[in-house]
Amino acid sequence: MNLLLLATADVAHHAAHTLPPMDFGRLMFYLFILVLAGLLGFEVIGRVSPTLHTPLMSATNAISGISLVGSLVAASGQYSLTSSILGMFAVCAASINVVGGFMITDRMLKMFKKKDQGGRK
Amino acid sequence: MTTDINIVISEWAYLAAAVLFVLGLRSLSSPGTARRGMFLAEIGMALAVVGTLLYTQILTWTYILVGAFVGSAIGAAMAIYMPMTAMPQRIALSHSFGAQAAVLVGCFKYIEYGGEGLGRLRMAALGFEVLFGALTVTGSLMAFGKLQELIRGAPITYKGQNILNIALFLTTIVLFFYLLYAPDTTWVFYTMLGLGLVVGVLLVMPIGGADMPVVISLLNSYAGLAAAATGIAIDNKVLIIAGSLDGTSGFFLSILMSRAMNRSFANVLFGAVGSAPPAAAAGQAEARTVIRYTPEDAKLMLENASSVIIIPGYGMAVAQAQHIAYEMTNLLLSRGATVRYAIHPVAGRMPGHMNVLLAEAGVPYEQLFEMDHINDDFQNTDVVVVIGANDVTNPAARHKKSSPLYGMPILNADQARHIIILKRSMGAGFAGEDNDLFYDPKTMMVLGDAKQTLTHIVQHLKK
Repeated sequence: MNLLLLATADVAHHAAHTLPPMDFGRLMFYLFILVLAGLLGFEVIGRVSPTLHTPLMSATNAISGISLVGSLVAASGQYSLTSSILGMFAVCAASINVVGGFMITDRMLKMFKKKDQGGRK
Repeated sequence: MTTDINIVISEWAYLAAAVLFVLGLRSLSSPGTARRGMFLAEIGMALAVVGTLLYTQILTWTYILVGAFVGSAIGAAMAIYMPMTAMPQRIALSHSFGAQAAVLVGCFKYIEYGGEGLGRLRMAALGFEVLFGALTVTGSLMAFGKLQELIRGAPITYKGQNILNIALFLTTIVLFFYLLYAPDTTWVFYTMLGLGLVVGVLLVMPIGGADMPVVISLLNSYAGLAAAATGIAIDNKVLIIAGSLDGTSGFFLSILMSRAMNRSFANVLFGAVGSAPPAAAAGQAEARTVIRYTPEDAKLMLENASSVIIIPGYGMAVAQAQHIAYEMTNLLLSRGATVRYAIHPVAGRMPGHMNVLLAEAGVPYEQLFEMDHINDDFQNTDVVVVIGANDVTNPAARHKKSSPLYGMPILNADQARHIIILKRSMGAGFAGEDNDLFYDPKTMMVLGDAKQTLTHIVQHLKK
């Protein structure tokens, strides 16, 4: 529910091109998300098979390419030309990670075969 | 206005994306489920992007499409053509790209809203984002340069280096706090950004090639933190979550790597000065000699072995010997022997690198064993074959207190009944420490190119 409320409160600011005020409550809300996601991350990543640590790194890389969403806003043409160009480069950098990251993760994971899957060529 | 509904939809899409990301990472607990899980993460990414496009008023598609097209093309080309040996370089580059996106978005926010519009708390998040982002952009490029051997891999050091680095870093921190006090001082913002870039270069410059696994993991963590800070600065919760996951993953791996190398973070980051003890090593190398054996001797030994463990090191990858090693494995398996690979956490140039290289050569993952799972089995093993590895088998790590390796967890190769070591030359490992294992009476040294040696062994075994 919280998610919904915050979202609707942001609508007015979004339409008026201003930022919602970052008060203490909002910052703490974000810090809660940050810290809890981090703890969850430790749990989940601690269980990742050490064999897959390289794909793990390229996967988290691809996932954090989600900064694409911020770049899209900058490049949307609503702002100054400078911002649009900064946005364009940001979209480019983030897409390299998203597209390349997921592709290469898959390429690596495809190579990990069981014995009966005909590993020998 | 439909904006309300679009925002609600996009928020739910973000929530779904966050869940799918976590599920995707969780699937990496086993190679069997990993691919399907990553597919979930891809769906999550698609949802988040579509959600954002719904939420954002797009006046022109030009910038978005050009950026996305060029980025996707570069990303795809790198994913398809990068050889697996170059994986650490690619990862280093992608940390740099991730951080670039964070820095650019940070600049965009600062330009559009100014310090006043951002407010102090938002400025804190934005400043953190830009500072860590800038440091990661250049630090990762330096790491890339070293791994790709565009820059000399050996530590580059000079007098007063640590003091200069720390002073510069403290200056950027001071600038950061000044920005919280007076967010509108534009020149401070850009000076901080510039100094962040410089610190990134200086921080990685003194770090040697052998420490790259730690550095890459640490930069991974920084890139994640920069992304999470971006999320806070632009009110995007899924970005906070993804960045946080990325950050902890990198932090987790860097702890793992530095533990496996017996180094602390501080030692890796500021300790390059102490990494030159070759004089001591040269002094004691006096009268020790090894007997050189031929591939045929090695073959005779392997023929009679019923249990074999292979210890691969980065030297194997350099010699491109992993495919022929796998062929030898299969020949031994068909003779009824058990063959396993023992993989030290720092066997490659980044976490898990060796596993990827062996998987590429066709080795099934059931044959790959982590150090902790196989170390007790060495004493019951007939033959250990060490291919292009050195420091990770050096018994000096256990008893020789003066050695830089002392305390590092090693593979217990010396406990096996026989040891075959394939090595290019008698040179010492990264740590500059002579390896006692070479002089062990149980050891058979076969010097030469690992690929050629293994090819000979395979030919003999086939007869």
